Amino acid sequence: MTDLPNDPIERLIALLARTPGMGRRSARRAVLKMLMRPQETMLPLAEALTEAARAVRPCETCGNLDAQSPCGICRDPQRDRHLVCVVEGVADLWALERAHAHRGLYHVLGGVLSPLAGIGPEDLAVGPLLTRIAAGGVEEVIIALPATVDGTATAHYLTDRLRPAGIAVTRLAQGVPLGGALDVLDEGTLAAALRARRPA
Amino acid sequence: MEWQAPAVVLDVRPHGESGAVVTLLTEAHGRHAGLAKGGASRAQAPLWQPGNLVEARWVARLADQLGALSGELVHPAAALAMEDPLALSVLRAATSLAEGALPEREAHPRIFHGLVALIATLARGAEAALPDLVRWEADLLADLGYGLDLARCAVTGTQDELAFVSPRTGRAVSERAAGEWRDRLLPLPAFLLGQGPSGPADWLAGLRLTGHFLARDVFGLQHRPLPAAREMLADRLAALVAPPADPG
Repeated sequence: MTDLPNDPIERLIALLARTPGMGRRSARRAVLKMLMRPQETMLPLAEALTEAARAVRPCETCGNLDAQSPCGICRDPQRDRHLVCVVEGVADLWALERAHAHRGLYHVLGGVLSPLAGIGPEDLAVGPLLTRIAAGGVEEVIIALPATVDGTATAHYLTDRLRPAGIAVTRLAQGVPLGGALDVLDEGTLAAALRARRPA
Repeated sequence: MEWQAPAVVLDVRPHGESGAVVTLLTEAHGRHAGLAKGGASRAQAPLWQPGNLVEARWVARLADQLGALSGELVHPAAALAMEDPLALSVLRAATSLAEGALPEREAHPRIFHGLVALIATLARGAEAALPDLVRWEADLLADLGYGLDLARCAVTGTQDELAFVSPRTGRAVSERAAGEWRDRLLPLPAFLLGQGPSGPADWLAGLRLTGHFLARDVFGLQHRPLPAAREMLADRLAALVAPPADPG
């Protein structure tokens, strides 16, 4: 942590401003609000931050972040263990959990293949995924990667690698979002939706 | 400073929380980067996908600044190629080659028009676009000063039965003149001479031919390997030509 001011307030503002979604102006407002009632907001926050930094770690099975490893999802006996959903990052896992749409397990890839950024298969959790599939018990892998050029290329790569295992490999559908009007959709999404049309 | 022109998106790198540094290929301004504010946002991310044809507008106070980019989608090539692994590989290979090989802000109109034509052909499927990709790579070599000489045999001067290329000089060699060196020469697929139809084996031979010179003369001089996307395309095509043996 270099280039941080010595003044404790400015130091706190500078640290908060480094977090996503928080600029210096927002950080200053948050710090001012907390300083009004330090016992009720600052000290619990400091404790929570310390505890999270100490306890949270990646799950050794799926890569999710949790205070325990294996994580709560991997340990949940109600989960369908035949179904593994591959996501780019923990944020995507959390999004799917919020939707309550997937009752299987997850595998966090840790990124997508990006030749120009120098990210290859060895930089992602592809090996652990293949090991997990080879261990048996998984019947379907759902690839839930971003609908970008790199995300789709990664999905094709994973499909090729998983095909010899003889399991079902599926991908999320692309198309019109819920509540989306056609005239405001981008041309790429419209084209994908038309291609993926199904019998009414 | 300001310009507006049709452009092909070559590369997008996140910048900050929702911005992106986008690299484009234009006819008059060559490979040109700019900052797209909100380029990685939900609204703009579909626009700035590598391979998309856009109408781009670049604005800066000084010519050598990064400048700000905005744009409108003209042809969603990335979305159209996504379902076909081979088509997507072709698109990624072409954009990553242009991004890595072309000097910044130097016009290469032939390469721009070739890439636009390649993207248009890709709409008919990867099989239609692969010969065009190999020809475009040969044009890329020529534009950068490392053109192949496929007009006549380097040994006999004949224009007939040209079947190989010297990996050292990039000049064609006829079937008859190849003699005992044929194993050391690079096969020259007939479609590069404008002769006859072509198939996956010919496209792979073409990619190996242009790939050799791109790796040695273009990327080798930058002390970099061929882009991984280009290698992945060759691997995918090689798997098509020689499918893995059934273990059963």
